[in-house]
Amino acid sequence: MALLEVEGLTVSFRSRYGQVTAVDNVSFSVTEGETLAIVGESGSGKSVTCYSLLQLLPRPPASIEAGTALFNELDLLRLSERELRKVRGSEIAMVFQDPMTSLNPYLSIGSQLIEPLQLHHGCGRREALQKAVVALKEVGIDRPQTRISDYPHQLSGGMRQRVMIAMALIAEPRLLIADEPTTALDVTVQAQILQLLKRIQQQRQLTVIFISHDLAVVAEIADRVLVMHQGQVVEAGSCSEVLQRPQQQYTRDLLAAVPRGAKQKTATEVAPALLRVSQLSTWFAGSGGSFFGAEAAPNKAVDDVSFEVRRGEIVGLVGESGSGKSTTGRSVLQLLPQTAGLVEFDGVNLSQLKRYQMQQMRRRMQMIFQDPYASLNPRMTVYECLAEPLLHHGLAVRGSAMAQVLQLMDDVGLARAGIRKYPHEFSGGQRQRIAIGRAIATRPEFIVADEPVSALDVTIQSQILELLLALVEQHNLSMLFISHDLAVVRKLCDRVLVMRAGKLVESGAVEAVYANPQHPYTKTLLAALPQLAAVP
Amino acid sequence: MSVALPVDAQQSSSLWGDAWWRLRRNRAALAGLIFLSVIVVVALLTPLLAPYAYEEQRLALGASGPSAAHWLGTDVLGRDMLTRIMYGGRVSLLVGFVATAVALLIGVLYGAVAGYVGGRVDAVMMRFVDILYALPFMIFIILLLVIFGQSMLLLFIAIGAVEWLTMARIVRGQVQNIRRQEFVEAAVSMGLGPWTIIRRHVIPNTLGPVIVYTTLTIPSVMLLEAFLSFLGLGVQPPQSSWGLLISYGVETMEEFPWLLVYPGLALTLTLFALNFLGDGLRDALDPQSASGRGGS
Repeated sequence: MALLEVEGLTVSFRSRYGQVTAVDNVSFSVTEGETLAIVGESGSGKSVTCYSLLQLLPRPPASIEAGTALFNELDLLRLSERELRKVRGSEIAMVFQDPMTSLNPYLSIGSQLIEPLQLHHGCGRREALQKAVVALKEVGIDRPQTRISDYPHQLSGGMRQRVMIAMALIAEPRLLIADEPTTALDVTVQAQILQLLKRIQQQRQLTVIFISHDLAVVAEIADRVLVMHQGQVVEAGSCSEVLQRPQQQYTRDLLAAVPRGAKQKTATEVAPALLRVSQLSTWFAGSGGSFFGAEAAPNKAVDDVSFEVRRGEIVGLVGESGSGKSTTGRSVLQLLPQTAGLVEFDGVNLSQLKRYQMQQMRRRMQMIFQDPYASLNPRMTVYECLAEPLLHHGLAVRGSAMAQVLQLMDDVGLARAGIRKYPHEFSGGQRQRIAIGRAIATRPEFIVADEPVSALDVTIQSQILELLLALVEQHNLSMLFISHDLAVVRKLCDRVLVMRAGKLVESGAVEAVYANPQHPYTKTLLAALPQLAAVP
Repeated sequence: MSVALPVDAQQSSSLWGDAWWRLRRNRAALAGLIFLSVIVVVALLTPLLAPYAYEEQRLALGASGPSAAHWLGTDVLGRDMLTRIMYGGRVSLLVGFVATAVALLIGVLYGAVAGYVGGRVDAVMMRFVDILYALPFMIFIILLLVIFGQSMLLLFIAIGAVEWLTMARIVRGQVQNIRRQEFVEAAVSMGLGPWTIIRRHVIPNTLGPVIVYTTLTIPSVMLLEAFLSFLGLGVQPPQSSWGLLISYGVETMEEFPWLLVYPGLALTLTLFALNFLGDGLRDALDPQSASGRGGS
C-alpha cells in the first residue's frame, strides 16, 4: 500500500531572472516499508521535492504551483501550518546533511532529543529522558546515560549524525526523509551510518526517502530509485533495474561518472624525485594555554611522516578527517610551520629559506583547496583572481595580462564571457575551475590538491578529475592529491599514502595497495568503500 | 554572446569600478551623493555665496523671523541665520569628515593588523585599545587642548583619537573571521606578502560593517564637536557650527523656533543623505547583493 502518493508536484522560485521552475510535474509513490532513493545532481530538484512535502521551503520565493501529495489520506500540500506541525516530526521526520548546523550548539543533546516527545506525545520530562536514552542506544551510542548531557561540539561528526537519526526516530514517525545524510561523513563512518539506517528501517518497518547524489551509496540502501534531472523525473524503477539496465541516457551518464577502475597511464617509475619529505612533524600547541601560562600538551597532527613525489607523478594521500592529511599538505607548502623534519623541493630545503625566497618559491608550488566557495575572494572578479598571481610574480604586466587570463580560462574550460563575473555567479564546479586556473597560472611544477572534488557532484567531479589529469600531463605537473575517497584516488593516482592519526601507515603503488592492503586500517577503509557492483 | 565583446568593456573591471556602476543604479544613494556634493560645494564657496559676513550684527533687528532680507531669519544678536548656517556647515563638515577619516584610517589599519597577525601581537594591541577605552575621554581631550592650546587641527586629532577605538574593534573581529577563510590561505600559497594580502584580500571584505559604522560615526563626531564647543573647547564664537547653533537654538526654542529648526534641518538632511549613501555603498561594494549585475 502506498504510504505517500505524490502527483504532478510543481514548485517554482521567484528569482531575479523571473520565475524558475525547480520541480516540474513530479509524480511518485512510496510503499509502506520500502526505501526510495531520489538521485540527482545539485539543482536537480531532489531536495526541493522533499522539502515542499513538509512545506519547509520559504514562501516566497518558493511557491507550490500544482500537485497533490497524499499521505495517510491527507494532502500535505494543502494543510494549514497548525495541521502540519502535527505531521512534522511525529508522522514524517527528517535527517539533514550537515549534523553540525542542524543541532543547536547551546542545548545538550538530551534536551534536544526530548523536545519532540514533550511536544507531540505530551510526555513528562523523566519519561522522555528515559526514551531518549533508549533511542541513543538504538542508534549505537555508547554509554547513552552520560552522553545525553553532552553538547553537540563534544561529539564527532558520525555521532552527531547518529543523534540526528535518534531525534528523527524518537517520536516514531512512519516516514523518514534523509537528505544526503552521509555526504558530510568519512567513508568508514558513512558505512556505519548506512548500516544503521538499514537496520532501523528493517526493525521498525520504516518507510524511508533517501536523497543522495552518490549512486554507490544508493546501491547499498535503496529498494527503488528515482532519478531526477532539471526538476523532472528521468527514470524510476527498482534499484537493480535502474543501476544495471538504465533506460535513459542521463542515468547512463550519471553511472559512467562514478569513479571506477584504475588510472589509464601511470607515470614512469624512473623520474627523479621533485619533493622529498623526511620525518616531517607538525604539532599544534594544545588548547588551554593562556597568555602567560604554560602550554598544554601538543596535538601531534603530523608525526614523523616521510615520502617523496617524483616528477610527473600523482601521489594520493588518503585518510579520514583528523588524520593529518591536510596538515601534511599545508606543511609541505610551508603554509603551516613544521615542528621537525625536512621538506626538500627540487633539492632546496624549504624551511631554510628566507621569507622573500619562500614567496618566490611559491611560484613553483601551488595549492588547490577543497571548498571552491571559500577559496575564492568574493570581491574579486575572475579576471582579478587569475591575473593576481601572474602580475605578482612578474609573469605579466598590467594591461597585457588579459590575453594570458583568457588563455588560462580556455585551459580550465571556463567560458570567456564569464571573465568579469564574481565567484558567486558560478556553480561549484565552475568555481573549482577558477581555483584550478589560479593554481596553474604561474606554471608551477608541483600542486597540492586538498580534496578538490569532495564538494562536487559526481558528474562535475569526473569532469574536474579529467581536467586535472589533462593538466598534469600537459604541463608535466607533480601532484599531492589529498582525498578521503579511495575510488577517486584509484582513478587518478600512481601511488598512494595512507594516513591515520598523524602517522603514515601504508604506502605503495595504487594497484598493489588496493589489491593487497597490508595494514588493518587500509583494509577497513577499502571494505567501507561503497561498491557499485556489476554495472555496465 | 560573442567572445570578443565582453573583453573590451572589461579593462577597468575591479571591485571599485563595479561598485561605482552599481551605485549609479541606486537612486536613493545617488540622490544622497548629489545632495552631499552640493552641500560640500556650498561649504567650500561660502565666503563668496553667503549673503552677509558672519560676524555682522544688527542688534536693533534682534531675533526676527524669516523675511526677504533674511531668508532664514536672524538670531538674538541680529546675525543672518543663513550665513551662520553656511559658515557653521564648513566647521561641522570639516570636523565630521576629517575626524571620521582619521578614525577610519587608524581604526581600519590597526584592527586589520591586530586581527591578521593574531596571537600575542593581537592581545597586546587590543589591551592597548582597552586601556584607551577606559580613559575618560573628556579628560583626555581637555588635557590635549590645555597642553597644546586650542586649534581646529587638535580638535580633529582629539576626536579622531577617541573614535578609532570602536572602529579598530569592529575591523579586528571581521578580520579574524576572514583570515581563517581559504582564499586568504590561497593568497599566501600564491606567494603574496602580508601587506598585499591585508590590502587586497582582507580589507575589501571588511567594508560592509566599516561603511555602516562610518555613517554612524560622522553624526556622532559632529555632535561631539558641538558638545566640546559648548564647553568652550571647540570652535570659538563668533565662529560657529551646526551643533553649536542647535544647542543655542534649544535655549530659545519657545520664543524663536527658527533658530533651532533651520540648523537642525541642515544637520538632519545631511545625515539622511549620508545614510542613504552609506547603505548604497555597502550594497555596491558587495558583489553578492541583490542589486548586483545580472548574468551580464
